[in-house]
Amino acid sequence: MPVRLYLSHVGKSFTMHLQGGTTIPVVSGVDFSVGEGECVVLGGPSGAGKSSILKMIYGNYRCDQGQILVTVGDEIVNVADSEPRKILQLRKDVIGYVSQFLRVIPRVPAVEVVAEPLILQGADEGKALARARDLLTRLNVPERLWGLPPATFSGGEQQRVNIARGFIAHYPLLLLDEPTASLDAANRAVVVELVAEKKQDGVAMVGILHDQDVRDRISDRIVDVTAFRAEAA
Amino acid sequence: MTDFFSDDPLLQVNGVTRYYGDRIGCRNVSFQLWPGEVLAIVGESGSGKTTLLNCLSTRLAPTAGAIEYRMRDGAMRNLYQLGEAERRLLMRTDWGFVHQNAADGLRMTVSAGANVGERLMAVGDRHYGHIRETATDWLGRVEIEADRIDDDPRSFSGGMRQRLQIARNLVTHPRLVFMDEPTGGLDVSVQARLLDLLRRLVADLGLSVVIVTHDLAVARLLSHRIMVMRHGEVIETGLTDQVLDDPREPYTQLLVSSILQV
Amino acid sequence: MTAQQKPLDEGEYNFAYLDEQTKRMIRRAILKGIAVPGYQVPFASREMPMPYGWGTGGVQVTASILGADDCLKVIDQGSDDTTNAVAIRGFFEKTAGVETTFETSKASIIQTRHRIPEKDLREDQIIVFQVPIPEPLRFLEPRETETRKMHALEEYGLMHVKLYEDIAKNGHIATTYAYPVLVNNRYVMDPSPTPKFDNPKIDKMAALQLYGAGREKRIYAIPPYTEVKSLDFEDYPFEVQKFDKPCGLCGAENVYLDEVILDDKGGRMFVCSDSDYCEERREAGHLGPMAADPNAMTLAGGTSDQHSEEPAR
Repeated sequence: MPVRLYLSHVGKSFTMHLQGGTTIPVVSGVDFSVGEGECVVLGGPSGAGKSSILKMIYGNYRCDQGQILVTVGDEIVNVADSEPRKILQLRKDVIGYVSQFLRVIPRVPAVEVVAEPLILQGADEGKALARARDLLTRLNVPERLWGLPPATFSGGEQQRVNIARGFIAHYPLLLLDEPTASLDAANRAVVVELVAEKKQDGVAMVGILHDQDVRDRISDRIVDVTAFRAEAA
Repeated sequence: MTDFFSDDPLLQVNGVTRYYGDRIGCRNVSFQLWPGEVLAIVGESGSGKTTLLNCLSTRLAPTAGAIEYRMRDGAMRNLYQLGEAERRLLMRTDWGFVHQNAADGLRMTVSAGANVGERLMAVGDRHYGHIRETATDWLGRVEIEADRIDDDPRSFSGGMRQRLQIARNLVTHPRLVFMDEPTGGLDVSVQARLLDLLRRLVADLGLSVVIVTHDLAVARLLSHRIMVMRHGEVIETGLTDQVLDDPREPYTQLLVSSILQV
Repeated sequence: MTAQQKPLDEGEYNFAYLDEQTKRMIRRAILKGIAVPGYQVPFASREMPMPYGWGTGGVQVTASILGADDCLKVIDQGSDDTTNAVAIRGFFEKTAGVETTFETSKASIIQTRHRIPEKDLREDQIIVFQVPIPEPLRFLEPRETETRKMHALEEYGLMHVKLYEDIAKNGHIATTYAYPVLVNNRYVMDPSPTPKFDNPKIDKMAALQLYGAGREKRIYAIPPYTEVKSLDFEDYPFEVQKFDKPCGLCGAENVYLDEVILDDKGGRMFVCSDSDYCEERREAGHLGPMAADPNAMTLAGGTSDQHSEEPAR
């Protein structure tokens, strides 16, 4: 199984300058890899640093130590020291991120919000919109909402729009940040299906899933983050 | 976004410094801007961001440093070594400048249509029908009703004036647009509409933008990359969401923590 | 001041009022203007014994080129006997003692406000225009530093913005006088407030054209036979005013006409604005449809000083 993602000795801490320069260690010595078609779930209690690891992989948090290596075709890219535009390129074509929260863009209809990542990857607009409608249907977003901007949707509807947006494009590496939190059973099942399809396509996934049931159904392996607990400086 | 990942920067800034007498406007600023990239310069009033913007846009000669721009023929040229005619041509064709106060960027005594058409006439368009058609199209793109084409901007609201200013700048399909607090002084709802419009136009046209703002929400919505300035110097720079979500410098942490949460 | 200067009698003016050094300074400006057609040359405009707006620029230019054997014609709105023309003619009769005339063909120098004679001018004639505002770009760009730069860099798009506004607001180019022109394919110039009807006359004119703006301290010139193009749009080409009737007195067609009110009962007629031209035609036996009208008869001795254009300043 070819490796898609490899974290090597990754460490992270926050220095809170507004609180007298206190340093809050988060993780250190993070070391694991994810293969093609594999779904790795990060385990451990709240505050163990699961979310920080995910955000470092996405380039959203800076990585202080170690390397985050992503396979892009024949190339291996270290996210930890990549330039901003390299990270943007990775986010467009290589690394997807499904979070609980939709960052609402005013005035853009839901169906376009969902289709956008696929269009950015160069897909035909008509096909992308058709795929978006298909996903919205599967996630039980009522059709009357598709043409409206999601700003006024309920939390659950926004979340499902965001899941559709996260799953629509093909990324070789997909990060799942509690995608099923507060979803009902029917929609949780849809997410499980979507993950299974991504596995079929060879997508490597790293997830944070508090829902025991979903976790059991999609994870191939659990990496316990408490093992990487950083010592306070 | 097609050129965004090309290896050739559009703008190459090296060690730009501007003094006002003994006082520092901005010091030793270096960066590159790529085609299709939106760079936000953030910082509080007096941090030097407008000085830097004016240096970049050739409105204020730097005391030291070099700014090179990739012309349409692909050649990098030092902006302050261009002849004045060449520089002014660049400013009204390949560049745009959106002022905070729309009255600074518009001709308030001529109609909206003429405001949009001026750049076309400046580059030699002498067909009234064509100029008007193009102006109508651009008014539509910035969501101004076609029947306002013959009205003066004086009769426009603040948000409309700002949208008109944007149309006036974009009509020649510039590659680089400078914006100085484009949403400053507007109502929140008007701001949101303008931001959304800007976001779309920038993406559709593949514009490179250097935008000065003190509003981090504006920076988050529009920019790919952020430069934080303080006391005339760039203290932190990086991917927009990285700088805003994981700010490193004390001052940046202060800025980010000062955002009002609604 | 040198001892060689002939002492003047008290109360006596130098020839044509201006002192010789001033004339030389103005002539230098004129020569520069001729060398750079359409370019506004700054000059040290003098106080003249008449208010600004009464032709102080034109008077200084005329005074500087006038010789003792010149024959001067002065017109205002095409007419020799309107206030401004009478005053300026009298001024030069008194200060220079030169011959003056109403006849276009007899004059060697013609100073004018707002018109160009209908009769073609010759190479041995000079026409001097009185200019109130020499800067055609000022309408849209009030900064002089900026307009100078625009001239220097040939950035003339703004001139078309004005014409665009005309069409947008009126459906056609409504500028009827001071219609901007491009001189010798280089400088955009304000041809003074002459009606655009006269614009074709300044194109490749045989006579030298000099323009003087006293208050604004600018002189510019168009040498003989210089190409002068009236600005326009491809789909709204430059056109001159058309009059649907001939001159009421002399029957001339394709000339610029003034409307004259004859009585307080709505009676009116259109007559040549160029009074000399009209008179000459009548002497040659041309008669217009109104020539026999008793009200018109009173005009026939010379046209009225009423105008359809701007009121005399």
